[in-house]
Amino acid sequence: MDLTSTAGLWLAVVLSGLYHGLNPGMGWPLAVSASLFERRLSALWLSLGALSFGHFVAMLGVLLPFSLMNVLIENQREIRIGASLIVIVMGVYLIITRRHPRFLARIPPHKLALWSFFVALAHGAALMLVPIYLGLCSFENLDNGHRAAGILMKTTMLAFGVAVCHTIAMMSAGGIMAYSVYRWLGLKFLNRGWLDSELLWAFSLIIVGFIGLLTSI
Amino acid sequence: MNLRPDPTFYATPKLAMEAAVEKLAFTLMLSPDGSKPDGLAVVDVDPDSNTYSQIVHELYVPNLGDEFHHFGWNACSSALSPLTGHAFLERRYLIIPGIRSSRIYIIDVKEPLKAKIHKVIEPEELMAKTGYSRPHTIHCGPEGIYVSTLGGGGKDGTDGPPGIFIMDCESFEILGRYEMDRGVQDKHYDFWWNLPRDYMVSSEWGLPPQYENGVVPEDLLSNKYGHTIHFWDLRARKVSKSIDLGANHQMALEIRPAHDPIKEYGFCGVVVDTTNLQGAIFTWWKDEDGEWQAKKTITIDPVPADADDLPDLLKGFGAVPPLVTDIDLSMDDKFLYVACWGLGEMHQYDVTDPMKPVLAGKVEIGGIVTKTKHPNGKDFGYGPQMVEISRDGKRVYWTNSLYSTWDDQFYPGERGAAMVMANVGENGGITLDKNFWTEFPAGYRSHQIRLEGGDCSTDSFCYPSV
Repeated sequence: MDLTSTAGLWLAVVLSGLYHGLNPGMGWPLAVSASLFERRLSALWLSLGALSFGHFVAMLGVLLPFSLMNVLIENQREIRIGASLIVIVMGVYLIITRRHPRFLARIPPHKLALWSFFVALAHGAALMLVPIYLGLCSFENLDNGHRAAGILMKTTMLAFGVAVCHTIAMMSAGGIMAYSVYRWLGLKFLNRGWLDSELLWAFSLIIVGFIGLLTSI
Repeated sequence: MNLRPDPTFYATPKLAMEAAVEKLAFTLMLSPDGSKPDGLAVVDVDPDSNTYSQIVHELYVPNLGDEFHHFGWNACSSALSPLTGHAFLERRYLIIPGIRSSRIYIIDVKEPLKAKIHKVIEPEELMAKTGYSRPHTIHCGPEGIYVSTLGGGGKDGTDGPPGIFIMDCESFEILGRYEMDRGVQDKHYDFWWNLPRDYMVSSEWGLPPQYENGVVPEDLLSNKYGHTIHFWDLRARKVSKSIDLGANHQMALEIRPAHDPIKEYGFCGVVVDTTNLQGAIFTWWKDEDGEWQAKKTITIDPVPADADDLPDLLKGFGAVPPLVTDIDLSMDDKFLYVACWGLGEMHQYDVTDPMKPVLAGKVEIGGIVTKTKHPNGKDFGYGPQMVEISRDGKRVYWTNSLYSTWDDQFYPGERGAAMVMANVGENGGITLDKNFWTEFPAGYRSHQIRLEGGDCSTDSFCYPSV
């Protein structure tokens, strides 16, 4: 499949969402925990909503500055190269340090949205979307310099679109995992099904960064 | 590298009960006069083995005078919490503090029969980084391993209050003090928590001059030992409420919260009530308004005795106090075991209703006056003390030493180390296993027991049993 086409990039947005959702480190076990504590299924959806909201805000928080930059700075190509490099560096950093940011453990268990927000930032989940997003921006064939406000509107809408699509995919995947564990698989699944995807995750960042780099040069 | 969580991490207490049973136990050995190095005994607890109930490996440390007391794992079931992000740690290291030396040993027991020292933290480093001394209870928690201490700074440990410090769970670097706002807390002993509910409960023994050279009778009779339990906002690191159990309730020691995190109650053992020599258990709980409460729910009476049968310390009282020195709660939160170290009894209470415990079983062994023998005919020195319950709740193990200098006051003379096991009946009741008797090397005393794969006083859970 051609990753450089618009459709390919949108697919990447959705796939990365599914990927984030499946990763227990992004929080679906917390939704299971919440539903077990309150002994009702609705708590599962509520906490999943809180987790998704945090994830969504983190995506926007990272994408919006780039959307702004896209308008203010002439050279889109340099931004894309820069962004790709940042993503690669993040991946390399995660491989080298292999330590969990301790401040995440300080967030109380009931502040799910806040936790999800920081987790998405700390693990570079939001960064992973930047090269994809910038790829999409370049297809919009924006006429820089003339109607800056209009373009800003467009890129911002695009950032929202990307974040929404990604979060819906993330929520669905996490929701399916959480519901399956709650309903059928049981908590024993945590021992069997929770794989250490940390290295895989770091490599994913590097790969996304490289693809971004290649397509922008 | 582990790609999956350690198989000894259990999401819920129920899963912990259903997991494979323990085949090895780790028991601390201490040299009461510091003439020999303290050690870790690996005890075979597999009934099908030829060496059942015997020590199959001993590890001795390279220093004298540490006085081993309590210890714990580097990681437990709470690592499965996505909040901590540590799901791929191994339950591999035992953290063993020396309560007298303030030295901490990290022991690698990946291959239990080849247990070896992984790291030693010297007292100077602990002091410099935390201002605390005399490390005690170990629990693995958010941000790392939490260690309670029984002393502050200075030579006699009274320069500033004792507290809790945090250690990295992978590098074992001391990170620093835990507390941000300790309120009135000025003494320390045990602590435990409910991780998803985000609270911690801590207790008080006394300051180092009150215990290191033995119990100080004047301090005890003037109610100067600890009698308050503290409820903490775990992540905010501040005391949200302190409950004074009453000054006569001297030495509030072990804190045992319900294992199932959906339950917001637990127990605390009180060694002695100075008004009547009773031992007591308090139940603490969160009421409908979210307020912490505590109430005495078990009392154990002293037993009258001839002054001639009593050690000097107790002669004036004409009675043996029960001396509730350790308690432990079974994984299903059903039975609370209470060690009456003075009487020489192990009690089992049905605490299905935590506000109305019912005595369900009892074993008599040792004791200041009774000196009950083991069913195998051997003498059991001292009384039942550190108690540990198998995860499935079917076996209860205990040892007999309290603390070197206190042993000598209540039980003068060397009485030997012991470790025994009792079987739990289908509907409660406990009976000593005639065939379980551990021989310890001469000159040592035995203290806390840890069971392979976790036990009822180590693991914290982030998911309720359903």
